[in-house]
Amino acid sequence: MKIHEYQGKELFRKYGVATPRGIACFSVEEAVAAAGKLGGGVWVVKAQIHAGGRGKGGGVKVAKSLDEVREKAGQILGMQLVTHQTGPQGQKVRRLLVEEGADIRKELYVGMVVDRGTQRVCLMASSEGGMDIEEVAAKTPKKIRKVFIDPSTGLTNGEAEEISRQIGVPEPSIGQACELLQALYKCFWETDASLAEINPLIYTGEGRVLALDAKLNFDDNALFRHPEIVAMRDLDEEDPLEIEASRYDLSYISLDGEIGCMVNGAGLAMATMDTIKLFGGEPANFLDVGGGATAEKVTAAFKIMLSNTKVKAILVNIFGGIMKCDTIAEGVVAAAKEVKLSVPLVVRMKGTNEDLGKKILKDSGLPIISAGNMAEAAQNVVAAVKGRKAAAKKAKPARKVKPARKVRVATKVKVARKAGAGRKTKAVTKAKVRKKAKPAGKAKAARRAKGKKK
Amino acid sequence: MSILIDKTSRVITQGITGKTGQFHTRTSREYANGRACYVAGVNPKKAGEDFEGIPIYASVREAKDKTGANVSVIYVPPPFAAAAIWEAVEADLDLVICITEGIPVRDLIEVRDRMRKQNRGTRLIGPNCPGLITPGELKIGIMPGHIHKKGRVGVVSRSGTLTYEAVGQLTELGIGQSSAVGIGGDPVNGLKHIDVMKLFNDDPGTDAVVMIGEIGGSDEETAAQWVKQNMKKPVVGFIAGITAPPGKRMGHAGAIISGGKGTAQEKLAVMEECGIKVTRNPAEMGRTLKSVLR
Repeated sequence: MKIHEYQGKELFRKYGVATPRGIACFSVEEAVAAAGKLGGGVWVVKAQIHAGGRGKGGGVKVAKSLDEVREKAGQILGMQLVTHQTGPQGQKVRRLLVEEGADIRKELYVGMVVDRGTQRVCLMASSEGGMDIEEVAAKTPKKIRKVFIDPSTGLTNGEAEEISRQIGVPEPSIGQACELLQALYKCFWETDASLAEINPLIYTGEGRVLALDAKLNFDDNALFRHPEIVAMRDLDEEDPLEIEASRYDLSYISLDGEIGCMVNGAGLAMATMDTIKLFGGEPANFLDVGGGATAEKVTAAFKIMLSNTKVKAILVNIFGGIMKCDTIAEGVVAAAKEVKLSVPLVVRMKGTNEDLGKKILKDSGLPIISAGNMAEAAQNVVAAVKGRKAAAKKAKPARKVKPARKVRVATKVKVARKAGAGRKTKAVTKAKVRKKAKPAGKAKAARRAKGKKK
Repeated sequence: MSILIDKTSRVITQGITGKTGQFHTRTSREYANGRACYVAGVNPKKAGEDFEGIPIYASVREAKDKTGANVSVIYVPPPFAAAAIWEAVEADLDLVICITEGIPVRDLIEVRDRMRKQNRGTRLIGPNCPGLITPGELKIGIMPGHIHKKGRVGVVSRSGTLTYEAVGQLTELGIGQSSAVGIGGDPVNGLKHIDVMKLFNDDPGTDAVVMIGEIGGSDEETAAQWVKQNMKKPVVGFIAGITAPPGKRMGHAGAIISGGKGTAQEKLAVMEECGIKVTRNPAEMGRTLKSVLR
């Protein structure tokens, strides 16, 4: 979970990480009042969106009078801020942070993440603050200093001092820098953060060390013990489809392509997307229905996929282990009927009760294209999309040469849809040993049990 | 032959009284030698009772002492799962398999740190994993037993259903498996690809290995470098997530490309360079393995 900069700074201050004084605002009037309250003669008006790169996009401006605060706040609030992290459509600015100006002597960088290799929290710091740290890491990796923090001791005085010197904090400010770094680690650890970044960390003309920015992400799995952080969630900053999906315990991520996919398991879902791409298509989403999919969940998944208007076809890929293919098939049929599915649907099913599942799909009378394996499923769905495009283009005599194989499949798909009864399904069924179905178990019901506290 | 578990293993279920624990203990017990292998359950409040004939003890230590168990499998809910792992480690079991998904990373950092500092001999698999199976002998976890076939190919993977996919392809080609291990999708976990690879290398019952990875971290690269230097058997590989955009967490807590690191292309390139035969088509994992068998 992500939070805004001003929320991050509130947490920072709580743990003793020094920041400039600032006030969060939701209107221009509030911004002017905030500047008056902060006093002084220089303020910074900062757009509050979750994406980074706000400064370059025009979302951070310095004001030298209250009139300027009004002007800049008016410019930023409500703007569609485009940064390298928002995508071309940008993100609407709904909140501002008005902060006292700081006399920046030098900009530094500090970050914290969990390092998988050492299985410890890694503190990264650099003398090259204010810049894109990925660029620094790529060009001059030596300029990034690292400490892998022992969880039983935390960041020690010695480690904090050494890294502060390494990144060029002047001697009189070393004490302050150490205090800040240790407070940052405490904040990271105690809030179950997954990422903390201060870019830039500055020291001022008077030698003060301050966090000029605050980026904090949290471990979703630990939110159950941090209601105060959950309260900071800003749904305006999240993809509405992803929010809807999370209500059904579905893991969904919007992408830019035109083939919707629904898969059980994160790894298989990624692999399915990769296969689509391999055969010339582009996935419209990542969607993991998890281990305990019900008809209701599958219907929700279909609605979510289809509310993305770019979706031209859907691919369902299920490896039934604990989850039975017939349950999924029933869900798919119910969902297709309920949403009055109008795009081609390719289904690949494997595993427990595979034949029963395929029979349900076939008997449904829906124009579902069946596939025997992942590659065939991907080829079919890509062909279905291209077939549609070709059909749409038929009005105009635009000609495009396509690889022979794909044309062939496309034709088949079209025929299948014209026949309207899914009779053209290619059942590539290989006899397999099957066991009788067991009662539906939740593969990972443990997760859901977390609220119950046994 | 196999790695980590076989029909002589004796297994404790931690979380045997929960719905998930009961369901999977039941199905695992029905597989091959499961009836003999599943010997105990643990729940302090229900000690003295039993689950379908499996006695329940108050602690892992007691369960071990009374039954001679050497392995445990954990289905305890996330807030209590790390403590359950530690209990099994403290009881000096050989192997702990944590199936539970959704454990806070911080809890795992602490447990793993203690395991290292105290030089504990217990091996951990998971969390957030399907478990492991030695086909024809013993299944510990949530994988569908019937897709497996006893044989001589090892499988190691970070993901559940993608492991089943690989196993299913192998079985369909008539290629059996020595053991199939799901190491889990969390950023901080127990055994990594390299550790399982070493075990397969030393196992006389394994002729070749399928290594399946996904975006995020550098565990696959580390394993690939080791393979290049030490592996005596052919390895084939696949990495999921070529299409995953940077900065987006793809379901698994560890499956994320961050700071330009952990991309599928990068991993595939290193694996190829280290002599691992990779496929970019997950439907070809089985056939790719077949092509390297002598």
